[in-house]
Amino acid sequence: MNFDFSDEQKQMRDEARKFLSEQCPPKAVREVLDGKAPYDKSLWKGLAEMGFLGVAIPEQFGGAGAGHLELCVIAEEMGRALAPVPFSSTVYLAAEALLIAGSDAQKQKWLPKIASGDAIGTLALFEGHGNPSPKAVKLTADGGALNGVKKPVPDGAIADFAVVAARTGSSGRESDISLFIVDLKASGVEVKSLTNIDLTRGQAEITFKDAKAEPLGAAGEGWGVITQVLDRAAVLMAFEQVGGADRALEMGRDYALDRIAFGRPIGSFQAVKHMLADMYVSATLARSNCYYGAWALSTNAGELPEAAAAARISATQAFQHCAKNNIQVHGGMGFTWEFDCHMYYRRANAVALGLGSLSYWEDALIDRMRKKNAA
Amino acid sequence: MNFDDTPQEAEFRKIARTWIAANAPKEFEEELSKSSLGRIRLAKHDMVEVGKAWQKRKAEGGWACLHWPKEYGGRGATPIERVIWQQEEGVYGKLTQPFQIGEGMCGPTVMAWGSEDAKRRYLPKLASGEEIWCQLFSEPSAGSDVAGLRTRAEKKGDNWVVNGQKIWTSGAHYSDYGLLIARTDPNVPKHKGLTMFFLDMKSPGVEVRPIKQANGMQEFNEVYFTDVVIPDSQRLGAVGEGWSVSLTTLMNERMSIGSRLATGVPEMFEFCSNLMLEDGLAIDDPAVRSKLASWAVKASGLKYTSYRAISALSKGERPGPENSIGKLVSGLMLQDIATYAMDLEGAAGSLTGTDEEQANGQFQQMLLSSPSMRIAGGTDEILRNIIAERVLGLPGDIRVDKDVPYNKIPTKGR
Repeated sequence: MNFDFSDEQKQMRDEARKFLSEQCPPKAVREVLDGKAPYDKSLWKGLAEMGFLGVAIPEQFGGAGAGHLELCVIAEEMGRALAPVPFSSTVYLAAEALLIAGSDAQKQKWLPKIASGDAIGTLALFEGHGNPSPKAVKLTADGGALNGVKKPVPDGAIADFAVVAARTGSSGRESDISLFIVDLKASGVEVKSLTNIDLTRGQAEITFKDAKAEPLGAAGEGWGVITQVLDRAAVLMAFEQVGGADRALEMGRDYALDRIAFGRPIGSFQAVKHMLADMYVSATLARSNCYYGAWALSTNAGELPEAAAAARISATQAFQHCAKNNIQVHGGMGFTWEFDCHMYYRRANAVALGLGSLSYWEDALIDRMRKKNAA
Repeated sequence: MNFDDTPQEAEFRKIARTWIAANAPKEFEEELSKSSLGRIRLAKHDMVEVGKAWQKRKAEGGWACLHWPKEYGGRGATPIERVIWQQEEGVYGKLTQPFQIGEGMCGPTVMAWGSEDAKRRYLPKLASGEEIWCQLFSEPSAGSDVAGLRTRAEKKGDNWVVNGQKIWTSGAHYSDYGLLIARTDPNVPKHKGLTMFFLDMKSPGVEVRPIKQANGMQEFNEVYFTDVVIPDSQRLGAVGEGWSVSLTTLMNERMSIGSRLATGVPEMFEFCSNLMLEDGLAIDDPAVRSKLASWAVKASGLKYTSYRAISALSKGERPGPENSIGKLVSGLMLQDIATYAMDLEGAAGSLTGTDEEQANGQFQQMLLSSPSMRIAGGTDEILRNIIAERVLGLPGDIRVDKDVPYNKIPTKGR
């Protein structure tokens, strides 16, 4: 059994960590936090130059053709550094949708641009409150023209194109849903930035008025693709969450060693130690679930739906738990704008929702486990 | 990343599987596979006798304590081969319960600290199950603070004379030998005045009394020592070095990878899949699903954490500290699951009937037994301290008794 990343993959993780610690220190994240830029453009370029944006994109489409395990280790580092760039929307959502359902021409058009950092993509799925569901898709597609409103769309305000879920039927079944690619710079598309709790990542509302759209994949098969994309993205995002959880735990640990109260480091008090030990436990459980998800993703195993849900739930819980208790360990200082704790707290709670909330994935996991038990 | 054996591992697995198929006591397979949550009951046979027979057969085939050197009754197998063996041994591994303390803790301590004569005399018989060992560490006033123990050993000529009391000793009633830590010098700080011994449990002056537990069962014992004589040749390590010696034992306890801890999750999933509530099956209820999912990812997290440790072993590396979380997570989970399963049964949840409708009373039994899971072998609190100090590198608690001679430590309220 070799339930671990290879030496080469670990080396890539080290490279990514080194690159991000130089190019994406908390100071750089704060530029976006404070509203000075919508995202870190120079970091985005740098990630492209390092080959990180196209790591899982095949060479024929301008990528490095490495694979999803490599993407997992980079995702972990992106989460750790709170990278303020549209990595998850472009790479986990848009690129994966293209890889699953795109025609050769569509892949040829967009994937090289993604790999080179010249195109930002996203998935426009949600239409207000609620979790992923074919019933919630109201936006219509008629003769290649989209009408409706999507929100929230991750990184929608800076994206060049979006994969859009649209209603093309009214049977009440999943087959009513089809996917389209829309050039967001074209006419008929109106984009509005929305404020959200994670100030280092953007969300948008996109209104489509007879917007020109190109089908992605076969008509009526959109929901199947969405499900696959969400499963893949769940694993990749779970690695970001584990990276963030680990960093929050480290911050708490370091502060507990440094801060003196009652004449001793606060990390010598059991109340604090036990809180940190519990953070370690949840981060460890999440990491192990993520490894299983990475295996399933990289081998496209039949276990992927269950593994993705487990990784997603475990990592969501771990990041929220570690980010929350990191503030608690810091005490009052943890509640200041100046300390970085709140940036992790914001990110943890925003990414907990982006691909569907915890309860959505819990529900999905039970369904998938039942299906497996029945088989 | 893969779950495949290396060619050598595959070959080893094949040999193990073939041997088990030819030698395992298949007449107990069904009963053993039904025993869950660490409860092993054989309807018509004594568990220890059946276990001894299996262990003996394993020893004859070279499969007992297989990670030990051959000269001490083992096979000289690698750590990963031991894990593969455990996987292949499957349900029959449950029969090894009476030997686990000997194999996991006492044996390694004798191996690290015993004389060559002692190793050759005692280890092969421990490995083959002919002689069962127990561990005599905890005392009524020294549990988590085991270094505060009171049992005295005093030197008389070439012998030591022991007086005192141990508690929570699993298997003392069927053990042949015991690993004993005792205080040999009360005039120095507590960690410095301890010495390790082993003794024949049939020595005059040893009295084993079963403890009736909160769950009504009797698995642990108290062991009383009245002027028990132990020859100096049965001392392990130097006089006053007992604490260092005990750390060997405790480290080995934590290194046991692949020992599957019960989580209660498969039982709960099955239960919820069949339990009819007013509005339908329990598993269709969103609140039930949410809890079930949270427990399921903890159980899978533990499983894959052990896979990571096994992978490290497979590469000849030392597993990291991740495995220390197992008991901490599963103990509390068992208790929570039992409580919730009974909640779903409503008023009838308190009934301990063993009919089908009551899921054979397993959750009620789990509820009553689970507190011990969170205490035995290190309380949840001690485990958190270990993670905080050894894994995260946080400072130890301030210990007011650390540099005080043992006999000057206040005892009031103990």
